[in-house]
Amino acid sequence: MATAEEVAKAAERRDVRDRWLLSAPALLVIFLAATGPLLIVLVYSFLTPGAYGDVKWQFSPEAWLSVFMERDIFDDTLSLAGAHVTIFWRSIKLAVVTTLATLALGFPTAYFMATRSEKTRDLWLFLITIPFWTNLLIRTFAVLQIIRNEGIINTILLKLGIVSAPVQILYTDTAILIGMAYVYLPLMVLPVYASMEKLDFRLVEAGYDLYATRFKVLRKIIFPLVKPGVIAGSILVFIPALGAYVTPSVLGGGKNMMLSNLIELQFGQGRNWPLGSALSITVMIIVMVALLAYVRNAGKSGVRHG
Amino acid sequence: MNWKTTTAAMGLALLATTSLARADGELNIYNWGNYTSPDVIKKFEAKYNVKVTITDYDSNDTALAKVRQGGTGFDIAVPSQTYVPIWIKEGLVQETDPGKMENFKNVAPEWANPDFDPGRKYSVPWALGTVGVVVNTDAYKGPADSWGIIFNTPDELKGKTNVVPEMNDVIFAAIKYVGGQQCTDDKTVLKKVRDTLVAAKPNWIAMEYNTIEKMGAGDFKATSDWNGSALRQRLANPAIHYFYPKEGYGLWSDNVVVLKEAKNVENAKLFQNFIMDPENAAGLSAFHRYANAITGSDKFMPADMKDAPEVVIPEAAKAQGEFQKMCAPEIQDIYTKIWTELQK
Repeated sequence: MATAEEVAKAAERRDVRDRWLLSAPALLVIFLAATGPLLIVLVYSFLTPGAYGDVKWQFSPEAWLSVFMERDIFDDTLSLAGAHVTIFWRSIKLAVVTTLATLALGFPTAYFMATRSEKTRDLWLFLITIPFWTNLLIRTFAVLQIIRNEGIINTILLKLGIVSAPVQILYTDTAILIGMAYVYLPLMVLPVYASMEKLDFRLVEAGYDLYATRFKVLRKIIFPLVKPGVIAGSILVFIPALGAYVTPSVLGGGKNMMLSNLIELQFGQGRNWPLGSALSITVMIIVMVALLAYVRNAGKSGVRHG
Repeated sequence: MNWKTTTAAMGLALLATTSLARADGELNIYNWGNYTSPDVIKKFEAKYNVKVTITDYDSNDTALAKVRQGGTGFDIAVPSQTYVPIWIKEGLVQETDPGKMENFKNVAPEWANPDFDPGRKYSVPWALGTVGVVVNTDAYKGPADSWGIIFNTPDELKGKTNVVPEMNDVIFAAIKYVGGQQCTDDKTVLKKVRDTLVAAKPNWIAMEYNTIEKMGAGDFKATSDWNGSALRQRLANPAIHYFYPKEGYGLWSDNVVVLKEAKNVENAKLFQNFIMDPENAAGLSAFHRYANAITGSDKFMPADMKDAPEVVIPEAAKAQGEFQKMCAPEIQDIYTKIWTELQK
């Protein structure tokens, strides 16, 4: 006869085993869904392009070589792939500037929301999420309607006599930045607000009591305490901004390629799937390196309070 | 030929209207977006009691890639002539021998035996068109029958000219502009092409597909474009005209093929035969606004297309038209590099 303790132990073991068994299908699906497609991309990047798209099952490092090096079409010399580097750099720059712009707009917004009374906070939070109700493409086209030559801004400026001809905003870098900042702003506001809401404002009062200036309070008290939110927001904005496709194409006019366009070209008209795969993985590596550097850096200089 | 705007709503509407009657069979069409006349489809459904479903694609490469993966459930696709040989070579289509079908007698002689499908063993013409230059004549009054509008943009059009980013079309035009032959591997010509493109780009405002709306609204004053799109623009604004570049312009056609994996082969064949009927061909043209290759269809064409300069190529411009071909992969590779260089 088993003792009560043994019965309980066996039940617990069974319980643990059942839990694992029950969650196994879901875990398996998640694991496969996360790694499967990536593995295919990785394998494809080492194959030979087929004549009309697709791949030939033949090993070739050519795709990886041509990510950063190019054979000149006219004199056959091997040199740094200037075009690719230019495009990478443009996308990285855009992602960084977008992150900074959303931070500049999002931080005060989050501060404003967090300092409202508890009842109204929910309303503000709700308002921030409204843009998410519509599709990204529609929001981008809405921005287009506002900034185009016959758009709202130009019509008002013309009517007021401030300008005599419409200001060309659409199809400029400014247009892309406006669109990106608008689209990604909620992704910055929400995490910053989440940590701002937990901020103990008595610490701010204490700072003032100790004769700290407003700027000093912001820099030494508020910012360090909401830093986790800022980091999370920056990550959430930076990653999708790096691969942004719709917004730069619609508002920038598609004259200058972004990383995403370059990758699309390889899978479409360029018919070089291995190069497209290699470029995709390169983007992932850039994101990973940027994240590691950012998080480590942010962690090091973080001041502990409380 | 290529519309980014897909018309899923149209497909849904079709589904809603057609699922009421019990159909004897089905037909799944895979075609470019905003390209298939709902009226003609309804007529086909009524005549053969077949339920038609339409799915959109936005580029030849998308369609090719998807069908090559298999298991699509589509019976029919409509690739451009440059791609038809690839579809045949890759074994994606089946020999339905439209050349022996009842309505084949209506196909215009110059389209009855094309290079891309000798003897019409696989394909039936769907639409024909040209790639040329569209100019808003309110903004620019000078001569516009040249690729110079795009590659040596006149001052009035600087910063107002768009280029439809269809790589093969743009490079074809640039080769013609510098005086070369399509699919050339002559490095001196290709170098000129690259330099011409790179030098021209600062004068362009955008490289976009959405020309009908943007030319209409005045965001663009000139663009490279397909003729059917140009016709729609002129109907919206009479000052917008289509020009056939004197250096040479591309002729293209889209063609209906039956997929090897088709489940409704008989219905697909009926459809191939059905659209070679003059009245039905005119019905398709009335919707997509391109010409067709069916003799006798002009009787049924809408009035605003009968002698539209976009559809009926003027005698003087006929000689400069040239069928676009698919270049060899290694040449295509050079094109992609020039294109990347252009858009970097």
